[in-house]
Amino acid sequence: MGQDISRRAFLKGGFAAAAGVAAGSIPGAAAAVGPEEQTQLATLLDISKCIGCGACVEACTETNARKYPNPKKPFPKMVPARARVSDWSDKQDVTERLTPYNWLYIQHASVDINGEETELTIPRRCMHCVNPPCVKLCPWGAAKQLENGISRIDPEICLGGSKCNAVCPWDIPQRQTGVGLYLDILPNFAGNGVMFKCDRCYDQIEAGQLPACIEACPEDVQTIGPRADIIKQAHKLAREINGYIYGETENGGTNTVYVSPVPFEELDVAIEKGKGKPHLAAASDRMADANTLAAAMVIAPLAGIAAAARKIYNYTRKSKERA
Amino acid sequence: MKTAAVTLTHSNRQNRSMRYLYVLTVFCMALTGFGQMPIYKRYYLSDIPGFGWLANFWTTRYVHYAGAALLLAIVAYMLVQHVILLRARFKMTPSGYLRGILLLGIVLTGVLFVIKNFPVLVFSPEFIIALNLSHLGFVMIFLLVNLYCLIFKKRWTKAR
Repeated sequence: MGQDISRRAFLKGGFAAAAGVAAGSIPGAAAAVGPEEQTQLATLLDISKCIGCGACVEACTETNARKYPNPKKPFPKMVPARARVSDWSDKQDVTERLTPYNWLYIQHASVDINGEETELTIPRRCMHCVNPPCVKLCPWGAAKQLENGISRIDPEICLGGSKCNAVCPWDIPQRQTGVGLYLDILPNFAGNGVMFKCDRCYDQIEAGQLPACIEACPEDVQTIGPRADIIKQAHKLAREINGYIYGETENGGTNTVYVSPVPFEELDVAIEKGKGKPHLAAASDRMADANTLAAAMVIAPLAGIAAAARKIYNYTRKSKERA
Repeated sequence: MKTAAVTLTHSNRQNRSMRYLYVLTVFCMALTGFGQMPIYKRYYLSDIPGFGWLANFWTTRYVHYAGAALLLAIVAYMLVQHVILLRARFKMTPSGYLRGILLLGIVLTGVLFVIKNFPVLVFSPEFIIALNLSHLGFVMIFLLVNLYCLIFKKRWTKAR
């Protein structure tokens, strides 16, 4: 179950075929993993294979350019002035970070492997979390998670409030002002454009094709398949190269899984980080923090009922005593 | 009879405390609920000393969840008390029914939100949009109705 099988399966008929191949090849897999592990598609990126040629970046732009923003200028005056314009329309050729016009870029890390200074290159784009905060916490439902694990932002609905960016552990969604629904509502007072990020070529996957970055890669850096299968492959690869995995558990698990020959702590130190330049550090499952309170919501009404019952009992007892 | 009943519902220290707790919880829920939209920082509200936490989406979400648990406990307490102890002598007013229905709408859509936020894919994107708008809609109407009831001194119940 590797690159060939997932590619062939995709080209034959998309995810259903890929999932079928995966399920058939791993006895007992269906029973051993959660439902999202079977329905969500993940990608495995073998960092040791990447040569940093940028073919994936070019293919991404070529394929997704029609989805890029085309803002109207001049932009509406923002009130209050604290809400600042985010304009990348004059910097569309920037490829050294994520922007509304560049959804994938290559990070560089100079690390020591077996005493030898080695340059590693890492394709970075949306991690497509299993439980994506950008989707789950979007106040309008503009960010969506598809059954196949893709998170995408609907440019027709997004108001550009950038909450998705604020809750994303990796600073992935990027804003472009002067485009989107907010222009038709209260452009001066609410909203500020549309957020853009990798949608893992959801439309190509729907059509049974591979995402552009996977298809274009000359080194077969990426493999795509059902998450359970991808995790197994990641562990197998990590064992073979004595490597490390990123994305299996980060932020509760992501559908972009990296395998590196050096620890990710070292890579994180070596890469340039900042706005639009995601880290490779540990990322705790932030969605789980409040989710644990759901149990309290089940117990709370019972506590309320118990308190009321106690009061009713006391009142009834006192009434009888008075009588 | 009416005097005794009023004593039972409105002057009872426990009920008065519960009412204050209810008002405080609803205020906290509204504050943190609106905090789920990116507005407090933009409109300088989180610049007010002591309100900086309102700009942190994770904090407001956590407090909103904790408040929801408290609100559920209060609603359950009030509901059971009304049905078993007070219904014989007090009846719901039309504004009481309206507020009850709106509160039920807020709670039900809120429960669906909690389910949605688990790492499962239960609802379609279209349903989630409807959920967002209906939760906010219920809250807005609920707050407006409460403002009306506060101004015109409308109670949830009145003596039969």
